[in-house]
Amino acid sequence: MSKATVSLPRSAAAHAVLLAYTVIALFPVFIIVINSFKSRNAIFRTPMAPPTTETFDLVGYRTVLAQGDFLQYFQNSFIVTVASLFFVLLFGAMAAFALSEYRFRGNKLMGLYLALGIMIPIRLATVAILQLMVASGLVNTLTALILVYTAQGLPLAVFILTEFMSGVSDDLKNAGRIDGLSEYTIFFRLVLPLVRPAMATVAVFTMIPIWNDLWFPLILAPSEGTKTVTLGAQMFIGQYVTNWNAVLAALSLAILPVLILYLVFSRQLIRGITSGAVK
Amino acid sequence: MGSLNIESVKKSFGPVDVLKGIDLDVSDGEFVVFVGPSGCGKSTLLRVIAGLEDSTSGRIVINGEDVSSTPPAKRGIAMVFQTYALYPHLTVKNNMGLGLKQAGTPAAEIDKRIGIASAMLSLEPYLNRRPAELSGGQRQRVAIGRAVVREPKLFLFDEPLSNLDAGLRVNTRLEIAQLHRRLKATMIYVTHDQVEAMTLADKIVVLNAGRIEQVGAPMELYNSPANEFVASFIGSPKMNLIEGARLGESAKTIGVRPEHLTVDPRKGAWKGTVIHTEHLGADTNIYLDCEKAGLLTVRVFGVYDAEPGSTLFATPDPARIYRFGEDGRALT
Repeated sequence: MSKATVSLPRSAAAHAVLLAYTVIALFPVFIIVINSFKSRNAIFRTPMAPPTTETFDLVGYRTVLAQGDFLQYFQNSFIVTVASLFFVLLFGAMAAFALSEYRFRGNKLMGLYLALGIMIPIRLATVAILQLMVASGLVNTLTALILVYTAQGLPLAVFILTEFMSGVSDDLKNAGRIDGLSEYTIFFRLVLPLVRPAMATVAVFTMIPIWNDLWFPLILAPSEGTKTVTLGAQMFIGQYVTNWNAVLAALSLAILPVLILYLVFSRQLIRGITSGAVK
Repeated sequence: MGSLNIESVKKSFGPVDVLKGIDLDVSDGEFVVFVGPSGCGKSTLLRVIAGLEDSTSGRIVINGEDVSSTPPAKRGIAMVFQTYALYPHLTVKNNMGLGLKQAGTPAAEIDKRIGIASAMLSLEPYLNRRPAELSGGQRQRVAIGRAVVREPKLFLFDEPLSNLDAGLRVNTRLEIAQLHRRLKATMIYVTHDQVEAMTLADKIVVLNAGRIEQVGAPMELYNSPANEFVASFIGSPKMNLIEGARLGESAKTIGVRPEHLTVDPRKGAWKGTVIHTEHLGADTNIYLDCEKAGLLTVRVFGVYDAEPGSTLFATPDPARIYRFGEDGRALT
């Protein structure tokens, strides 16, 4: 930044605000992580203190890993998140391409209809979804969760990607048509690479609510074989006794995969090979 | 090589008629330039020829074959776009070869054609680079090369020079002219720049509001414009248009080109006051406010010093006065 536009007090104030926000946002996560490494007594006596040699205890992690199927829960969460993400991005991008590229009657209306889901929470339809899943025999399967999450993620994906797709140069698509590329090739080979940053944005926004969701796993797939991590962590919370060590350890572990996925996508956010395609 | 016939082509976007019935014949090997102000439909017409837009009615015939419902890739055309439209993920070589590969041409043949085209456009050192690593002029040469390797019946250019800076524009213009001479191919070129139109075209098509105003060789349009629109569109600075009544003429409008006026400080037809002068070196544009004729632009060759506020007399060349009737058409 140039000296002309930045004064010391102003940039100090800006940094103070940003730092304050960062601390507020990260504090709960920080507390969870440090307490997951402490003994049960230390968690209650000094919840704010970082683990010391006396209070350091891996009992939480031991419980979690010993408690049978936690690896299975992780795997379930991972399959559901990645599969839903794949379908949201694929169908979202395809719908967005159609909406931005082709002129047809009711184009605007269709776009509005597809975006409606942003405003109407999918949880309102829980009862109907449950009936549907029971009727189609999908209760207690990961497929049920994938279907619901795909539906949940699509509206935002279509909305964001439509905007980006209409920004892709028409000339490029037309050049492809003249060279004899099919509409699918134009979509997959020319347009998708150019909207990769937007796809990464959508991926991050879609992924986190899916990973963290408790509601639909609890209702649609609570069986032992289909439990997700968030649901799995609930078994340590009893009506009378809660195994806090295990809960905190499970939650800390649950942060890791989503953090890795985020890092993967955020790198995509920055990269981009758009430059040089068109002026 | 190819000819092109456009038969009463109309195009509407909803209630808006963009092309209101276009008829045009282009013969084999001709360089035809579509020129007109923005929104006149010239780009739309080009896209209809390419098959990127369907016409609402009418026929497109390339080489005697009705292609109105043929997809773009099968029309035997190649197009060069204003924004280059190179495939960002492919090297220069693959950019040029993709169309042929898609059509199932043998690899040896593709390589041969790329070799010829890249030699013609001096692109050999860049064949393995990606578009992002090229300058604007090089990118446009690649785009032209991509068109050349297809050996099309018809080349279509959609304002190919608009994104280049002034110096490159002249160079690339020259290259396109040489290319046309060498390939003897039929070329259709869209531009809003009348200099490009005048310098490149065998035949200029002046379009306005979805209609063809006049078709003719560059000098034909300059010397005998069919109507007021063509007269003021071709030529720079623009032709002076004066109300006939002010000069006691029967015609509705009188037109005189700035270069067909002479000035003299003492005597002449129209007395006026100098408002502003533009010195371009090779010539000087003088803006004169005349008592009788109104605001006139005069183009004088060489350097001419005229202080703003001083009095000058402008005299038109009597052989070069154009007369236009009520409907804007030229009177003969």
